[in-house]
Amino acid sequence: MNTVEDAMKPPAGGREVPLKVRLRRAERARTLGYLALIAPLAIFVLLIFVWPLISLLQRSVDNPEVSAALPRTVAALHGWSGHELPGEPAFAALAADLEALKGTSELASAAKRVNMELIGFRSLLLGAAREMPLAAGKPAKDAMIELDERWGELATWQVLARNRASVTPYYLLTALDFAIDDTGAVINAPAERTIYRAILVRTLWMSVIVTFWCLLLGFPVAYLLATQPPKVANLLMILVLLPFWTSVLVRVAAWIVLLQNEGPLNTAMVRLGLIDAPVQLVFNWIGVYIAMVHILLPFTVLPLYSVMKGISPTLMRAALSLGCPPFASFWKVYFPQTLPGIGAGGLLVFILSMGYYITPALLGSPKEQMASYFVAFYTNETINWGMAAALSTILLVATLALYVIYARYFGPAKVR
Amino acid sequence: MLQSYASPLERIWYYVFRILCGLILLFLIVPILVIMPLSFNSDSFLMYPMSGFSMRWYEEFFGSGVWRTALKNSMIISPLATLLAVALGTLASVGLVRANFRGKALLTSILISPMIVPVVIVGVAVYLVFSPLGLSGSYTGLILAHAVLGVPFVVITVTATLQGFDYNLIRAAASLGADPVTAFFKVTLPLVAPGVISGALFAFATSFDEVVVTLFLASPEQSTLPRQMFSGIRDNISPTIAAVATVLIATATLMLLLLEWMRRRNERLRTARP
Repeated sequence: MNTVEDAMKPPAGGREVPLKVRLRRAERARTLGYLALIAPLAIFVLLIFVWPLISLLQRSVDNPEVSAALPRTVAALHGWSGHELPGEPAFAALAADLEALKGTSELASAAKRVNMELIGFRSLLLGAAREMPLAAGKPAKDAMIELDERWGELATWQVLARNRASVTPYYLLTALDFAIDDTGAVINAPAERTIYRAILVRTLWMSVIVTFWCLLLGFPVAYLLATQPPKVANLLMILVLLPFWTSVLVRVAAWIVLLQNEGPLNTAMVRLGLIDAPVQLVFNWIGVYIAMVHILLPFTVLPLYSVMKGISPTLMRAALSLGCPPFASFWKVYFPQTLPGIGAGGLLVFILSMGYYITPALLGSPKEQMASYFVAFYTNETINWGMAAALSTILLVATLALYVIYARYFGPAKVR
Repeated sequence: MLQSYASPLERIWYYVFRILCGLILLFLIVPILVIMPLSFNSDSFLMYPMSGFSMRWYEEFFGSGVWRTALKNSMIISPLATLLAVALGTLASVGLVRANFRGKALLTSILISPMIVPVVIVGVAVYLVFSPLGLSGSYTGLILAHAVLGVPFVVITVTATLQGFDYNLIRAAASLGADPVTAFFKVTLPLVAPGVISGALFAFATSFDEVVVTLFLASPEQSTLPRQMFSGIRDNISPTIAAVATVLIATATLMLLLLEWMRRRNERLRTARP
């Protein structure tokens, strides 16, 4: 590697290179050396993290099924107006495609795909394929409409025409409860098929509540830790750090033990006469919120603590000595200085809780499942990559938007 | 803290505040204290009151095939993922702290982003790309994915340590006749080691507690400890869970003590006056 000293040496022979140029060269060589140190990690993260994420995002608009399975139909529908039934060539092309495909997996996946947009299309398509080849001597159009009158409906052909392209907005629109109507315009999805906006709102709302409680409970603890002598503070810090280092699954299991109907909390409340019979505290919203606040609380305590450690106590004393009442001086002098900690801790907790999956899955009822649960659901249960990818995209965009704010104002170096 | 001239209201607030903080700290620690004794319960229900002392759940943990496999897998995957994350992360941190180039902030943000992207998305994405490559259901795939999740912690702790590093020390070593290699091992490493080890501990804890990516990526033969606990909690919650939990709490305590010891040592080294 070149060093500044090497560059300072005059060249062995020939023209003298100005010092400025030589210094710049040395600087560039140095930077290249550092880039070589960064490169292995950058390549690793790109391959194992960024590339998979981009592939997943791409899946949310990916639409290969129809164009792969029905190439002749797709070609025949090119330039179709969409206002009246397509002509004989399109029907003949579809019949030829179906005959060629009969019983293949391409047909099955194309049928699954069109059925998402028009319920009943799967059986229509598979049923038509079974009837192939059509009897000779009759126009394909008449023969197919005879097979099933839905082939004579405009909506059927519009679904096929819409999915000609290998890119579709369908999944992303669906994930936001939008649909495309027969004229191709974007409309709100029919009420019986809307769930996603509610899921997204629920995800955000649950994150707001968890963040609120984490800040509310974290603030006094951080204040206590910051104002105690180091010996006491270190001891109390263990009470914050031990749960922080303990496995999330251990804490989830512990909360089930504590909150179950026969658990210590219910028993104690019955003994004290607070309640007559055990109340359901787990496998509903109570358990989810308690456990999420418990898991995320250290993420607000730690940044608040480090900010509060940097606040000089003399400012409060000055306010008090100038006659400001204790609570007013706390509110006007101390509290504003803790805002960076509140911002950093609150935003971090909000970002983390938006992606929560394990805790709601183990401690909640179906009513508390957040966006992540549905990503996993579409991947594992129904194997609908398009929907899993579309929900991921929306969740990812929301998370990254918040992360940009976080990185801008609280700096990645401060993330602990 | 409480001055003798404090007004009655201030006195009351002083005690109310302490009780409040005590309750919050209790909330933090109680779940951990409650689950440990149950691992010694002779009864087969995970609830109080305990009927008697027994070690049977530990025998179940260390004796049964599923749990032994899970423990073994965790002990294979987490250390290797940590090693990978620490090696790549430390090298990159040195470059990131000392180099100045356009797009450095963006690159740092990307390197740290595995920490904040919802882990389910990472799981699905990695599964999507790894499956056709034959990396799903393999140790290699799990180690690579776990390493990526640990990278941000290494980068954050090591860059933070390096930022406080005084490069005059290296110059001093050089002026006293140490060659760069000697200076690295005698001066740089002892000062930077705590940061690297803290990063390693964070990366290890991340992998050792990772369940979501494992759910997507691992075949039953690669089930890890958290993965096994996940299905244990979901299907039939037994005191074996409490025994595993106790072992994991002991591990967490060990890591915490190690970290604390390192922090103190670091502080001493930094503030030391000859």
